Amino acid sequence: MASLHVLANPARFRRFSQRVLPALSVATALALAVGLWLALVESPPDYQQGETVRIMFLHVPSAWLSMMGYALLAALGASLLVWRHPLAALMARAAAPVGAVFAAVCLLTGALWGRPMWGTYWVWDARLTSMLLLFFLYLGHIALSRAYDDSERGDRAAAILALVGVINLPVIKFSVDWWNTLHQPASVMKLGGPSIDPSILTPLLVMALALLLLFVVLVLLRTETEIDRRRLEAAEMAL
Amino acid sequence: MTGFGALLARDLRLVWRRPGDVMVVLAFFVVATVLFPLGIGPETNLLARIAAGILWCAALFAALLSLERLFAADYEDGALDLLLLAPWPLELAALAKCLAHWIVTGLPLALLAPLMGLLFGLSGDGLLAVGLTLLVGTPALSLIGGLAAALTLGARRGGALLALLALPLCVPTLIFGAGAVEVVAIGEGFLTHLAILGALALLSLATLPWAIAAALRQAGE
Repeated sequence: MASLHVLANPARFRRFSQRVLPALSVATALALAVGLWLALVESPPDYQQGETVRIMFLHVPSAWLSMMGYALLAALGASLLVWRHPLAALMARAAAPVGAVFAAVCLLTGALWGRPMWGTYWVWDARLTSMLLLFFLYLGHIALSRAYDDSERGDRAAAILALVGVINLPVIKFSVDWWNTLHQPASVMKLGGPSIDPSILTPLLVMALALLLLFVVLVLLRTETEIDRRRLEAAEMAL
Repeated sequence: MTGFGALLARDLRLVWRRPGDVMVVLAFFVVATVLFPLGIGPETNLLARIAAGILWCAALFAALLSLERLFAADYEDGALDLLLLAPWPLELAALAKCLAHWIVTGLPLALLAPLMGLLFGLSGDGLLAVGLTLLVGTPALSLIGGLAAALTLGARRGGALLALLALPLCVPTLIFGAGAVEVVAIGEGFLTHLAILGALALLSLATLPWAIAAALRQAGE
């Protein structure tokens, strides 16, 4: 924990991130290249889903990352409210749109997969609905953090929202499950079979790693930009 | 506790002296629910089936509509600064404001909704379910909306932002509120739904006053 507190200083964090970013970017590119090759070329088409199963290699990691992203927002919100980490606010501001885009990618790829598989772009399945609500929570966070002339107020308001949201997420998930089973218990969809074959699982995990790296790189880059933006604002105020 | 009572009495007195503010919200609820049959068509069976969802959504929108001003007047005229300085917890002040909001919107909506349910051809049990679920569920809406109102104090585009923040958080309440009326239509009891709505309201009561107070503190800084 102490090492994380050291990085709470934006200038020190900036030096750290500038040192690790080049290596991380290369690793991301390599992992993406390997992952995409495994996912699009090497892995066999599913016996039932055919080639459309390849959408899953983007879809599933996006879902994981969008959920991880919201947990990150809540953790950053807590450290902003509890320890007043100046960096936490900047990183939350940087991470929220990235998480929202992963949620959107998950929804869009899901729709594209659903059209040939289920015969429709959208069903009010419990999982789909909770992902859509997660996307809305992201939108609220983004809109709130940018709604104030004083950006520090927006940061703190969004931090409170992220904490309340993360407490509410299980409740929302539970109620949406209940709502769906109440209406149409027969159509609870299951992605994939009971067990996943290694020929599918390996590309999936490599893609998940690649997208996780991409997430980290994007958040670090955007955090640097936020630090620069705050410095510019401060410099303009000083003039 | 005296401060809690005083603040609650003050808010209720303010509404009492200008009843128009509440009337507009109730009128909005009535007009909004009436619009649905006009848009969907007058088929009685269909209307009875979707009545619960319409009444609950309209009540949710009506409650949100009135929430924008919950803390705004106090924020603008400086009363909020006095509440921040008061020697009793700000959490209690937040709770008093939300309770006042519930008494003047949630409670009348719960009484009015069964009347509107008559227009949709709901059965007697259905009307009872609409009224009771709104009675038990609206406190959660007042608290969630109160948090959104506190978070958006002084923000640009406050009203639309408030709805964007509050609506996803209101989803559980909406699902169990409207769901209760649906199970009544199948001929089952709605006690489970009512109990879960009560649990949601209590969960909001146990957590949200602290969040609202935190939001008000950072607004006052």
